[in-house]
Amino acid sequence: MTALLNIKALNAYYGQVQALHGLEFSLNEGSVTTLLGANGAGKTTTLRAICNMVRTTGAIEFAGAPLSSRPTENIVRLGIAHVPQGRGTFTTMTVEENLELGAITRSKAGIAADIERMYAYFPVLKQRHTQQAGTLSGGEQQMLAVARALMLRPRLMLLDEPSFGLAPLIVRDLFRILGKINREDKVTILVVEQNAQLALEIADHAYVIETGRIVMSGKAAEIADNEDIRKSYLGY
Amino acid sequence: MDLLLNQILAGISTGAIYACMALAVVMIYQAIDHLNFAQGEMAMFSTFISWQLMQWGLPYWVAFAITLVLSFIGGIVIERLLFKPLAKAPILTNVAGFIALFAILNSSAGLIWDFTIKEYPTPFGSSPFLGSQLISTHQAGMIGVTVLLLIALYVFFRYTRIGLAMRAAASVPESARLVGINTSWMIALGWGMAAAIGSIAGMLIAPVVFLEPNMMVSILLYGFAAAVLGGLTSPFGAVIGGFLVGIIENLAGTYIPGVGNELKLPIALALIITVLVIKPAGLFGRPVVKRV
Ligand SMILES: Nc1ncnc2c1ncn2[C@@H]1O[C@H](COP(=O)(O)OP(=O)(O)O)[C@@H](O)[C@H]1O
Ligand SMILES: [Mg+2]
Repeated sequence: MTALLNIKALNAYYGQVQALHGLEFSLNEGSVTTLLGANGAGKTTTLRAICNMVRTTGAIEFAGAPLSSRPTENIVRLGIAHVPQGRGTFTTMTVEENLELGAITRSKAGIAADIERMYAYFPVLKQRHTQQAGTLSGGEQQMLAVARALMLRPRLMLLDEPSFGLAPLIVRDLFRILGKINREDKVTILVVEQNAQLALEIADHAYVIETGRIVMSGKAAEIADNEDIRKSYLGY
Repeated sequence: MDLLLNQILAGISTGAIYACMALAVVMIYQAIDHLNFAQGEMAMFSTFISWQLMQWGLPYWVAFAITLVLSFIGGIVIERLLFKPLAKAPILTNVAGFIALFAILNSSAGLIWDFTIKEYPTPFGSSPFLGSQLISTHQAGMIGVTVLLLIALYVFFRYTRIGLAMRAAASVPESARLVGINTSWMIALGWGMAAAIGSIAGMLIAPVVFLEPNMMVSILLYGFAAAVLGGLTSPFGAVIGGFLVGIIENLAGTYIPGVGNELKLPIALALIITVLVIKPAGLFGRPVVKRV
């Protein structure tokens, strides 16, 4: 398998504060990878670094091309969809407009069909398609955020704590759909989580990050099965 | 009764101009969170350009269309040259930028076209509209053009993808970039449209207030009053605010003893302050919640 995303010696900075220290990892095309770590470890910063939303040094390659010097919107146009922490909903617009915005860089063809596809994944969005997105519940907004990202027809989807603030049943549903999207639409997924147990269930590969450094990596199944690792790094 | 109706209709026709100016102000405010003090001067400068084109012999509507395009381009150029570099600068630096733009436009207009008051033509004539003494054809024309403009803008923002992208960029810039929208160009586009809308306001009001470099100063104040009244975050509110301010101005001037023409402007200012005190977000605006 070839690496779709390759990150080498990545440092990230907020002003004078360094948040990532020499991060190295790669994602295989077609895989689901999870980046685990406690609050403040640098997970969000890693995703923001990939989309050039924070100052970085080091190398990030997507499908062989360097990303670092491109503005965020151009990185997105390469096929990288980012579901940000907090969901980034366009709250004053309708659900359907949010979905249309996800496909704003595409030509018009196929958009209507894709919206229907999203409604099939997330029927609740269809019921609410004319409603202002800000009136949706947290879980519904998370589904909308995932659907909006998929409207790009991305090659790579970055998800920042999709389980945050959602009821366990809804989280389960969401992760099931993410697995399905990965298999059926061949979307490579990088999902950042504090909820390690669930993420390890759908991931092929896992990295653990602590204070801006990768401290542990391996096959998701092996990490999930290894109690020592779970206890010392993931706290469960 | 006729007087009342007459004053209301006259209020609606000048209110249409305030609505345009308020809309232009709100468009830029939504994009960059600053009030464009120079919006009126931009409109004035555009109006002079249209006048110059007509002096060179172009028919009214040709001059109108060319001015619209030039204003649109001019708005974009101003944003790229002056305000894009100031995007991350403190508020006061931006204010200084607006004042500089105001001064530059005002004095160049004076330099090029001098400060004497000029007549400006109306394509609608100034006879009674449909034989009624209530409103003149030019006033009706002002209302008509504004309504057409508002419909066009509504369709643009509601039904086109670029309009959707502009709304997205104005409401949640970070998310807009994450769906691939070049928010910086959306801001420039907003400036271009605001400049074009302002130019229409200028060209429509010039036959009434006459053409001179300071023609838009008080009109912009009314525009600000309208924007504040309707809510700086609501284009719809700004339009309603514009018509309301126009009507209030006229009725106060006619019916409140001692107000007359001289005191109309203070009324606009009093309106701004009253709204800011009682309902800071305006009639239709959303309160701005800033996280600290
Ligand atoms: N906007 C910011 N300004 C300054 N420091 C920040 C900012 N965002 C995050 N940080 C710091 O960077 C580190 C990593 O944060 P983050 O990537 O958000 O962690 P996580 O997503 O894993 O919870 C933390 O120490 C945090 O305090
Ligand atoms: Mg985070």
